[in-house]
Order: sequence, then C-alpha cells, then structure tokens
Amino acid sequence: MDKTKKVKLSREEKRKLLRKNIHRDKYLMIMFFPVLLYYLIFSYLPMTGLVMAFQNFIPGKGLIGIYSGEWVGLKWFSQFFQSVFAWKLIRNTFLLSFYSLLFGFPIPILFAICITQLRNKVIQRGAQVITYLPYFISTVVVVGMMTNFLSPSTGIINQIIVKLGGKPVNFMSDPSWFRRLYVISGSWQTFGFNSIIFVAAIMGISPDLYEAMKMDGASKRQQIWHLVLPMIKPTILLLLIMSLGNILSVGFEKVYLMYNTAVYETGDVISTYVYRQGIENKNYSYATAVGLFNSIVGFSLVCTSNWFSRKFSGSSLW
Amino acid sequence: MRENKKGIFTEFKNESFGDKIFDIIVWILVAVAVCVTLYPFLYVTSISFSDGMAVAKGEVMFLPKGWDLEAYNMVLRYKQLWISYGNTFLYTIVGTIFNIVFTCLAAYPLSRKQFFLRKKMNFLLAFTMYFSGGLIPTYMVVTGLGFYNSRWAMIIPTLLSAYNVMICRSAMESIPEDLFENAALEGANDFFIMAKIAVPLVKPTLAVLTLYYAVARYNDFFNAMLYLGKSELQPLQVFLRRILIIASTEIVQASGTTAAAAAAQSTLKIRYVCIVLSTVPILCICPFVQKYLVKGTMLGAVKE
Repeated sequence: MDKTKKVKLSREEKRKLLRKNIHRDKYLMIMFFPVLLYYLIFSYLPMTGLVMAFQNFIPGKGLIGIYSGEWVGLKWFSQFFQSVFAWKLIRNTFLLSFYSLLFGFPIPILFAICITQLRNKVIQRGAQVITYLPYFISTVVVVGMMTNFLSPSTGIINQIIVKLGGKPVNFMSDPSWFRRLYVISGSWQTFGFNSIIFVAAIMGISPDLYEAMKMDGASKRQQIWHLVLPMIKPTILLLLIMSLGNILSVGFEKVYLMYNTAVYETGDVISTYVYRQGIENKNYSYATAVGLFNSIVGFSLVCTSNWFSRKFSGSSLW
Repeated sequence: MRENKKGIFTEFKNESFGDKIFDIIVWILVAVAVCVTLYPFLYVTSISFSDGMAVAKGEVMFLPKGWDLEAYNMVLRYKQLWISYGNTFLYTIVGTIFNIVFTCLAAYPLSRKQFFLRKKMNFLLAFTMYFSGGLIPTYMVVTGLGFYNSRWAMIIPTLLSAYNVMICRSAMESIPEDLFENAALEGANDFFIMAKIAVPLVKPTLAVLTLYYAVARYNDFFNAMLYLGKSELQPLQVFLRRILIIASTEIVQASGTTAAAAAAQSTLKIRYVCIVLSTVPILCICPFVQKYLVKGTMLGAVKE
C-alpha cells in the first residue's frame, strides 16, 4: 500500500501523516504505553546508568547520584585489567560455558534420535515427559541436591565410595571438580527439554523418505546417518551458532549457589565478581565497568555469530 | 495395548541383525536417560519417608526403609516454611497474571502490520535481549525507585520477557488478517479486538507462556536475594537455600525436640523433606502441558 513510490514528503505533509497515524492507532498506542514505560524504566534507564563505569560514583545520593560522579575516564577498566583477577575471570567464564556447550550440546541430539526411534508412542511420550521434568526445578534445589549427594560425610556418592574401599572426596570444595559438576548437573537438568526441538524436527521428516530408504535396503544406522542427520542439520547449526554467541554469559545464579571461597580458582566468573564487588563491597563504579566489559564482549559475540548464521544457514535472529 | 506390544515384537523379530543391535542400543540409552533423571527424585523421596536410623547408616538406596513421618511433621510445623510458601504463591500468581496481561499488551500492537511505530518498538524490545545495563545499574534503578524490601520488587522488575513477547507476537501474526478487518469495519476498537479475537485465538501459546512465566516466578531466587532482606517477605527459594546449601539447622532447633529425637531425624532427612515439599507443586503441572510445550518451544526457536 505504502510502497507505491517513495516520494519525499514535505514537513507539512509529514506532520499531517503523523497526525493521521496517531489518530488511527490511538488505541494501540494507549495499549503499548505501559509496556514502553516498563522498558524505558527497567531496561533503558539502567543502560544510561552505565556512565557510572567512567565516573567515580559516590553512594547515598539516590537515583540522581548515578549521573553526578566525577569523570575518571577508563580508570576502572585499567584497574580491572591490571588486577590478578581479570585473566582468571575471563578464562573461568569462557571455559565454563565452553565445556557446557561441548558436553551439553550433543546429548539432546543423541537423545532425540533415540527417542524418535522408539515405536511405542506411550513409552516415547512418557520418556519425554520424565526427562524434561528437571528443567522446571529451581537452581536452588538442583544445587541443593548436588551439595547433599556429594557431602563428604552423609552424601550417597561418598557412602558408595567408602563402601568400595575409597576415601571420601570433598567434591564441592575441590577446584578441580567445580567445572565438571557444573557441566554434568547442567546437562542433567536441560537435556530432556533441549531435545524437544530436535524431536520435533525429526518428527517433521516425511515417513515416505524412510520407506524409500528401507526399500533400498538401508539399515537403521544408515537411515540416521544419511537421512535424519542431514535433515536436522539446519536446526543443529542454528542452535549451535546461537549458543556460541552466548558463550560469555554464564548464568550468575547457579555459580553463585555452587561456589565457595575454596573453589574461586575455577569457579569465580565475571558475573559473580561483579556481584561481590558491586553489591557486597559497594564498589559500584568498578563493578559497573567490569559488567560493561562483559556486556560489550557478549554483545559483539552475538552479533558475530548472527552474521555467521545468516551467511551459512540462512536463518538469523534479526 | 497388548496388540501393540506384539506388533513391536514381530517387527523386531523380522529385523536384520544390525537393526536388532541398533534397536537394543536405542532402548538401553533411553532407559539410562530415564533412570538417571528419575533416580535423584526417587532417592530424595525415599530418604524423606524412611526411618531416621536407616538413613543415618546409609541403608536407603532405592526404596524407603521403615516408615517415619516425624520429619514431615517437624518441617510442616515450622512457621517460616509457611510464610515462604505463602510469599512464593503470592509472587507466582500475581506475577504471572501481570506477566500475561503485559505480554498481550505488548504483543498485540506489535503484531498489527499497520501500527506506525511497529518497527521502532520491535527494535526497542529486541535490543534488550542482547544488551542490558547489567547488574549494578539495574540494582541502582530498582532500589532507587524504593522497591528494596517491598513485595513489588518481586513483581515489577520482571514484568516482561522480550523473548516471550516475540513468541506471542508471532502467534498473533498468524491470525488471518480479515478477522481483524471485519471487526474494525464493524466499529470494534483495538482493545475489544484484542480481548475478543486475538487472545482467544492464541490460547495455546498463552498456555505455554503462562507455564514459562509461572515456573520462572516460582523458581526466582536472584531477585529475592537482591531486593528482599526481611525474612517475612522472602519466598521459598531463599528459605531452601538456607536449609539445603548453607545447611541451617533452624528447623530442628525451632521444633524444640530433645537432642535425641533431633538426632534420630537427622538434618539430612529434614533437607530432603524440604526438597520434596518444594518441588511437588511444580512437577505436578508439567505433564499436563506437554502438548502445548512442543508447540511453544518450536515457535520461539526459529524466526521465520
């Protein structure tokens, strides 16, 4: 309708058009107003607060205080990068999500392939419901179960180790176990839920294609390799690229609940450091600077992976 | 049912050797996945019902040994549990209603192709999915608005999820345009069209979003930790963290039982009782929403 020809509108005509639009969409605008207000206050106002990263914020002035600090340039950034923490935090954050991806990404695909091979619909559905249950459990409960299962004195894992003649291991305060536990519990919690999308993709393959392959004498293994995997490749690729974009955004909550001073060496990540520096130690400006660094790197990673995705799989986030 | 089974067995018999091996591996993998998922729940539930002595000796591995409900009794008599429970239900119910109303208010205008601010507002929302002010500035704004130690802190800052709005928007976009046009011609305004046409037609999507929002509300720990310092305002997850992870013995102490009785119940059992009591409500609703779940997940994952 509006695409007939792009004519440059004069100021007067623009104003007229705007008035017409406002009149036509007034209810839509009223409807959207609370939503807009919410985003301005809780998403965009905090973004303007990022100026704190370049200032010396003095607490106790309320909201206006955010903008009234004295300018210090990149002082907080250089303080962060010169500290012993910077490298360790970046490494921990990166490795934690890298291992989660490496270990956690293939399992849902494998599980989806297995589950779609079952011919009994009741068992199929039952297995699906059961395996996605943990996804809905809170992080607190998952970490709580893990802590108690792994407790050196009363935990079931250590009871078994002792019964088998071993020595109890204090898993939760052993830095070499932190990443493994994080990744394993994460996979346990999400593999069923994450497989849903792959199950749907596999179910979408036409049964005729299976029949045709069977006619040609293909074994089931060959059907998976030459039919199922190529058919779900776009889904796999898209999800993989998207998770690569999120590689620097480790969830704060789980690490915070899992770690303790004994495992800072491997467990402390950027978001938990920001929390300790900002909320606990009240170094607001410094913590904002570290958080901003994380956001910027994260944002550029998302952009890069989105670009790759558009280029290689044709689908993208925007 | 039995015929179905027979069908599978005859099918299995007629398969080649390689396919039989394949089938067996598939069955084993699925069985392992189901067992690995279920075992922690079974173990926790068994411990919570078992006799305290058997638990202390580490005799309970699969099914409960003995039968002792004293731990449940102790936990259920503890006042803070009920306060936390009440808070969680309040935040979940009120919060989810707010979530759904706001999601509809956001999704409907964004789904109307004629809305002249559509592109700009879409960008405004989508941008927040990839970039945010981060923890500290958000904390400053929320506390600056006076939400610290207020129940609103659990409702307002998480009013909308841009991702869920996108899901709802694309569901509304798939409604045939003439439905809207006809209603508009008959003089219905946008509020009426949204409530009477758009919302009823995207009910399945809204069901999934209700589930997502409600689960997120029920499990929310982060906001409570940041903004709620008073224990009478805190939800269940904060209470659970104290019991399960920080290993507080407050329940045993508050029950006023003798040391011997407390020892018999063991703090371990108390903790597992808390896990059972807190996860049962959330697990009960899940099987009912499966058919919607697949649809909702598909919608969100790939943008057309």
